[in-house]
Amino acid sequence: MFNPEEIKSHFPIFRRFEREGIIYLDNAATTQKPSEVIEAIVSYYENSNSNVHRGVYRIGEEATDLYNKSRENIASFIGGKPEGTIFVRNATEGLNLAASSLSRMIGKDGEVIVSRMEHHSNIVPWQIASQNTGIRLKMMESNVESHLKWEDVEKYLTDKTKIVSITHASNILGTINDLREMGKNLHDRGIIFIVDAAQSVPHMPVNVSDLDCDLMAFSGHKMLGPSGIGVLYGKPELLEEMPPYMGGGEMIKEVFEDHFIPADIPEKFEAGTPNIEGAIGLSAAVDFLKKLGMENVRAHEKDLISYTLRREEELNMPALRSYGPRNPEIRGGIYTFNIKKDSKDGRPFGNEVHPHDISHMADRIEGVELRSGHHCAMPQTVSLGVYATARASYYIYNTREDVDHLFNAIEKIGRRMIR
Amino acid sequence: MSEDIIYSAIIDEHYEEPRNFGKIENPDENIMETNPTCGDTIAMYLKLGDGKIRDIKYVANGCLISVASASILSERVKGKDVDYVLNMNKKDILSYLGLELGPAREKCALLSYDALIKMLKNYKEENSGQ
Repeated sequence: MFNPEEIKSHFPIFRRFEREGIIYLDNAATTQKPSEVIEAIVSYYENSNSNVHRGVYRIGEEATDLYNKSRENIASFIGGKPEGTIFVRNATEGLNLAASSLSRMIGKDGEVIVSRMEHHSNIVPWQIASQNTGIRLKMMESNVESHLKWEDVEKYLTDKTKIVSITHASNILGTINDLREMGKNLHDRGIIFIVDAAQSVPHMPVNVSDLDCDLMAFSGHKMLGPSGIGVLYGKPELLEEMPPYMGGGEMIKEVFEDHFIPADIPEKFEAGTPNIEGAIGLSAAVDFLKKLGMENVRAHEKDLISYTLRREEELNMPALRSYGPRNPEIRGGIYTFNIKKDSKDGRPFGNEVHPHDISHMADRIEGVELRSGHHCAMPQTVSLGVYATARASYYIYNTREDVDHLFNAIEKIGRRMIR
Repeated sequence: MSEDIIYSAIIDEHYEEPRNFGKIENPDENIMETNPTCGDTIAMYLKLGDGKIRDIKYVANGCLISVASASILSERVKGKDVDYVLNMNKKDILSYLGLELGPAREKCALLSYDALIKMLKNYKEENSGQ
């Protein structure tokens, strides 16, 4: 039985706020950390700290063993192979690695396609790569109310398209894109398929073989793990072919005065001493999620978003405007909204209560912590016809009661601001 | 906590009735500044002469704090010597608002100040040779 209250008791941060109350709804930005994760990191430092892949002494071997086992555990969580599981800082670094390395591989006539739904981390690295290598970047239109499917992608392909990189789930709209046929269809045309899974791996079962993607990036801190650790998963055959990203220690086999021979994967892409405690912490987070079951995590969030959409309809507040698909089957636990407001005397303050003010007031009035801004997805935000939005995003410790508090806050803010 | 006062009486009041709001035709300096975290924008216009800020106006599109702080700032600096204003620091500006702000909201509060300082520095540079 999935019990958010019991789950919550594993998170020390909620004990701190037991009296005053805190309803943390910014999980798409980062999640809280359970004791199990914190203790794994502390235990590593208290018992086994040393560098990996170097010392042949006792704790050196122990640290290397913990690090390797963490990689195996995380790889199996996404149905992948350990040698394809590259530790990076976060999804952003994973996508930068992909863009930098692949743009050098595909040649300057190559075309990369991303969608308008993307987080900046799946746009800007390609723009930089385009400046550096001359590759062309194209952005697909996407519909706010529905998800991306193969037909939507297909019409953008040309014979120059070498890479399609799209998000599995939108961090603003909550849209879960339909990637089922994408891999096979793209591979039939010799196109590399990349998935930004920062908003999917933490929230639903994700399997790289089922997705049939070539590369996939996600962040540890959005799935109970510490910050500073993430994964770029790649098909080993592709990773072997790709040129290295950063140079330094750990990523080489041999170095000569004028050249180097890179290490085998995954170390080839892991220059420098890695984030050892991060890998161990993320592995503990994966254990926590495995115990809950990712099917159950998804079912819980689907319940919360269904309940949210129902509460919104019941509230029936004309000024409240939310975005994203209404069908919970293709919608994650993300609720992004604005509160409309007529500007007085033609003063151009925008036609919405500013999301920063929504966020500030929600915290003061109801203890509800929301994100406000463009959520690092300006093309998507601008396409909604606004500068910024307020966003609630759910996770395993949130409840329907939290959603009630959210709507209490929205109602009160509406009363105060629209008059 | 009162639902009526959002931030502070001063801030709320300036947001409802911002002072010096608008545009100056043929300004001596003007600028457009944006807060990258939320897309708040401010266009600010100055009339300058004899080393003084003769007039200041702005068109702000943003949250309560950014609009109110632009209003409060404009009242504080109108008619003042450019050098006096350049010597004000960020702490002074924040103290006028009478609010404790976290680092993210400080950016909202200082958007208009940053815009003003950029224009004044530019004005000083342009007039330094004379």
